[in-house]
This record gives sequence, C-alpha cells and structure tokens, in this order.
Amino acid sequence: MRRNREHTGRAVGEATAFPAAPASLAARSPEAACGCPAREPGEGAGWGTRLAALLAVCGVGLLFVMVVAAALPVLLRPGPGWPLEWLWQPYEGHFGILPMCLGSLALATFALCAGWPLALGLCCWLLTEEARAARPLARLTGGLIRFMTTIPTVVYGFAAVFLLTPLVRTALGGTGMCLFAAGVMLTLLILPTMVLVLEAGLAPRLERLCPWGQALGFSRLDLLRLFVLPKAGRNLAAAAVLGFGRAVGDTLIPLMLAGNATHVPGGLTESLRTLTAHMALVTANEVGGAAYNSLFVAGLVLLLVNAGASLALRRLGARSGTRGGAGS
Amino acid sequence: MKARRFSAVSGHSFLRWLLRGCALILCLSVGGLLAFLLFRGLPALGTRLFFGDVPALEALLGRQAVWDGLWPACAGTACLVGLTVLLAVFPGVGCGLYLAEFAPPRRAARIRLAMDILAGTPSIVMGLFGFTLILFLRHTFWPGVNTSLLLAAACLALLVLPVLVTATCEALEAVPPGLRTTALALGFTRRQAARHILLPAAAPGIRGGVILALGRAAEDTAVIMLTGVVANAGLPAGLGAKFEALSFSIFYTAAQYQSQEELLRGFGAALVLLLLASGLLACARLLEARFRRRWQGEA
Repeated sequence: MRRNREHTGRAVGEATAFPAAPASLAARSPEAACGCPAREPGEGAGWGTRLAALLAVCGVGLLFVMVVAAALPVLLRPGPGWPLEWLWQPYEGHFGILPMCLGSLALATFALCAGWPLALGLCCWLLTEEARAARPLARLTGGLIRFMTTIPTVVYGFAAVFLLTPLVRTALGGTGMCLFAAGVMLTLLILPTMVLVLEAGLAPRLERLCPWGQALGFSRLDLLRLFVLPKAGRNLAAAAVLGFGRAVGDTLIPLMLAGNATHVPGGLTESLRTLTAHMALVTANEVGGAAYNSLFVAGLVLLLVNAGASLALRRLGARSGTRGGAGS
Repeated sequence: MKARRFSAVSGHSFLRWLLRGCALILCLSVGGLLAFLLFRGLPALGTRLFFGDVPALEALLGRQAVWDGLWPACAGTACLVGLTVLLAVFPGVGCGLYLAEFAPPRRAARIRLAMDILAGTPSIVMGLFGFTLILFLRHTFWPGVNTSLLLAAACLALLVLPVLVTATCEALEAVPPGLRTTALALGFTRRQAARHILLPAAAPGIRGGVILALGRAAEDTAVIMLTGVVANAGLPAGLGAKFEALSFSIFYTAAQYQSQEELLRGFGAALVLLLLASGLLACARLLEARFRRRWQGEA
C-alpha cells in the first residue's frame, strides 16, 4: 500500500507539472473518452501496450498462416501420396491419414461418453450433498478436482503405462495398449475442466433459487434436478464441447497408451493412432517428403476442429477464463 | 405431477447414491494413480536422483557433467520456462492491459476471439507451427537454422499467452472502480492512471497469472517434442542449442527404459514434475486469494 501511495504522489506531481486545460476535464471520464473523436494525448493506449496487443494478435495470425500455408499446397494437389486416403504404408507410397482422423474421433467420443455423465454427476453431488458427514468429503473432492487440473498429461500417461496397462492386459487380453486404456485416462484428463465449467454455470443459479425453494420444502437436489438442469442446456453443451476439444487435442496420453497402430480402429481392445500421436511419431521417425505432407494436413485438421470448438463455446457463452487450455 | 411425486420419493435416494458413486469412482481412480506414483517414486527421491554419482556442488557449478541423473533435464526445464515467461510477459500483460483499459469495444471483442481460439489450440499444433517456421526459414533466408531452445520457448510463449492475457484482464477488472475514478478526478490521464495506479494495484493478480503460465510451460511436452528437445544433451549450451526437459525425459523413460534404475529415475522425474506443477498452482492460488482479500477489504 505504501508503494501505491508513492506512485500516486509521483504521478500527481507529474500531472500538476503539466496542468491540463480545464476545458478538457469533461473529456477525462472514461465514458466521454470512448465516444470522443478528438483524443487527448494521454487518453489512448501508449505505444507499448499497442505493440504488445499487436504482437499477441500477430502471433495468432502467424500460427494460422504458417499451418494453412504448409497444408494447402498438399491438399490442392491430389495424386500419389495424397494424405486424404485410408491407407498408411510409407514404403508403398500411401500416406493416408483418414484412419488417424477416425482414431481421434473414436477416442474423443469414448472419453466424452464416459466423462460427461461422470462430470455432471460429480458436479451435482458437489452442489447438493446435504448429509453432514459427507460435507468434508465433498470439500475434499472439490480440492482434488482442482488439483487434477495441474497434473501434467505426461505424468498421467506415465502412471497409466505402468498401472493401468497391465490391468487392461489381464482383463481384456492383448497388449493393454488400446482404445480403452487411453480412453479411461483421457476421461480423467478432461473431467476437471468439465466439472469446473458446469459448477461455474450451475452454482449461481442454484444459490439464487435456494432460499425460496428450501422454504417451500424442496431439497437442494430437487431444486437442481427440477428447476436448474432443464434450463441449463447451453451450459451442459459448453462443458461437452470443451471436453471434446481437450480430448481431441491431447497428445501424450494417446501416444503412450493407444498403441499407435495405423489401421482403422475396430473395437475397444484394438490399438489405434490419433492425429496428435501421428504428428509426434512422424516428426520423430521420418525425414521429410510425403510423410511431412501428411503431418501438415493433420495439423490443419486439428487446428480447424479446435478453432471450431472455440467458436462454438463463444456461441454458448462460456467464459474464456474458466477454460484450462488444450492439453499437452 | 404423479411422475414427479414418484421420482421425488423413491427415485431420490437412488439418485443420491448414484451421485455419490460418481464421486467414489473419481476419488478411487485418481487416488490410486497418485498413491501408485508416490509409492514407486518416493524411494527414488534424493540427491542421487538428481546428480547420479557426481557430487552435488560440482554438478551445480557445472564443473562435472551428470549422465545418470535428472539435473540436466531440470536445468533444461528451468531455462526453457524462464525464457518462455521472458518472451511472453510483455505481449501477455500488455495485451491484457490494452484489452481491459484502452481497446474500443469492437476491437476488444476481436482480440478476445483471437485469444479464445489460441487458448483452444492443441499444444502439438503450436509445436507444428514452430516446426514449419524452421522449415520455412531453412528454405528461404537462413539455411543453417535448426530447432532449438529459443524456438521451443517462442512456441511455448504463444501457448501460455492466453493465460497471461486472461489473468491480467481479470486482475485489472477486480481493482475497485473507485480507484479509477479517483485517479481520473485527480487529473491523471488514462495512460498515467494505468501505469501508476492500476498496474501496481493489479500486480499480485498478474504475478499469479505469470506463475500459472510457468506451470503450464513446465508441464507441456508436445510443443517441445517438435521443436528441439532431445534425450541426451547435457546442460543447455545456449539459445541455439538442443536441450533436455523434465517432461520429455518422463515420456522417453516410459518408451525406452532399459534397466530398473532408469525406470526408477522415471518415477522420480514424474513425481518431481507433479510436485513442481502443483506447487506452482498452489502459489498462484495463494497470490490470487490474497489479492482478492485485499481489494475486497478496501472496497
């Protein structure tokens, strides 16, 4: 606080050293400055802030330009080695990435089908638990969910390789590296984001209803179930879109747990390769040529899917601050 | 009406137990994973995990190279994260300030849209961006360029940019409006008010955002996989050199370990990264809580 006062003092000194014309005082209030066409010299943003904003926007622009510029020439020239086909056999000149697209879709759908109901259930439980013995447990679970947002995906993958894979191997047979194992871990990965978004959307509405509703004899669970949830469709959809985006964008869990076979995925116990894992593998193992072309196209597909998810989220009115960003 | 009464009486306790079941599944699975990590990783923690057979002081001073420890990976991660934040702080905080204080509404909406899209972009696409950038430079102006620490940090900076922008915006919005009005009433221009009043007042919140960004940069693996991380590089030699990183060494151990000792080191590394990430998040939350309390107390 003392530092603040020093700043204030110094700034006031500066301000009085260059006294403003009294006529411009009316334009000093923020509302007036916004609509005022002729700006005072100190009213707009300085060049530093403008430069920073420009840099940030240019970064995003450059990202899109580079990825699109790398992928477009490949897409516009169909022929041998075109990436949009169903076969990936580099030695025979087939570089199709459609099986990987399908793999990404299958894995994300699995994670969403398992994760979304679980997230909804968890959120409802956190908001409505009334038994006194369970309150500390609910608080603990809430803390656990917040903690889960910080667990790096590579740590999830590492732990699952040595814990979950042997279990899956004994239960379902095969190598243990399959859609099921990767899907379970992805479910855990996207769960906290979805719970937090749901909670942020549902909690204020429930709290608003609570005094009247409880006075009328409804329990919190009834209020949530009968009055809040039927009106919260947008919120539920936002959580699903967000979870889907994160599940599609994650790299390390599919790379470590899904087995990375390049055929079209057939069932829960089959190995599959996602677009993200494909990109990581291609840059690690190949040295240019048509394989890189498939990499660029895969990147473009991912970018478009996730940009679409972001736009859908904006439509649904989810706040940008609550999202944890795409996985690593 | 009848259906509702039915569900409210007999469906009620079933539903409640179903919800409790959800919580139980979550707690069991995550608790199991964490317990497994702790159980396998805790015995590995110690100076031997970091420095191998080399004395700690020699390794810290860089006099002796460490080949069988995590020290080069930790140093690589530290350099990477530091450089990332260095690169991201100016555009991030500046853009947040511009958004919260100066931008006309339409432009602010557009910048927010760009930041939302950036926040949703998968990190491997950021890595691909760095990769294509290097290919492009190699074919045009700069044939000798290669993936390196600087490139990885630049891509990571792009990845953490939305975190910084959002944190700055929220911190500035949490500053009580009275402060703003007072500054204007005292004859500050808006730029002066932002520079001397609002930024210092929002500093703890912004610092929390920076720490969050540190955590995001430290845990990320996909970006650096495409932009220059390698399994064995020793201490980072410079901005243009390849480097090691903690997250990548975890991934590499899971895929390529050859002995029990290496596996144990992998568990140690996973535990260290987990502690690092959660510690950073705890710091950020603490700062944020203090920030809110301070302004709520005064407002």
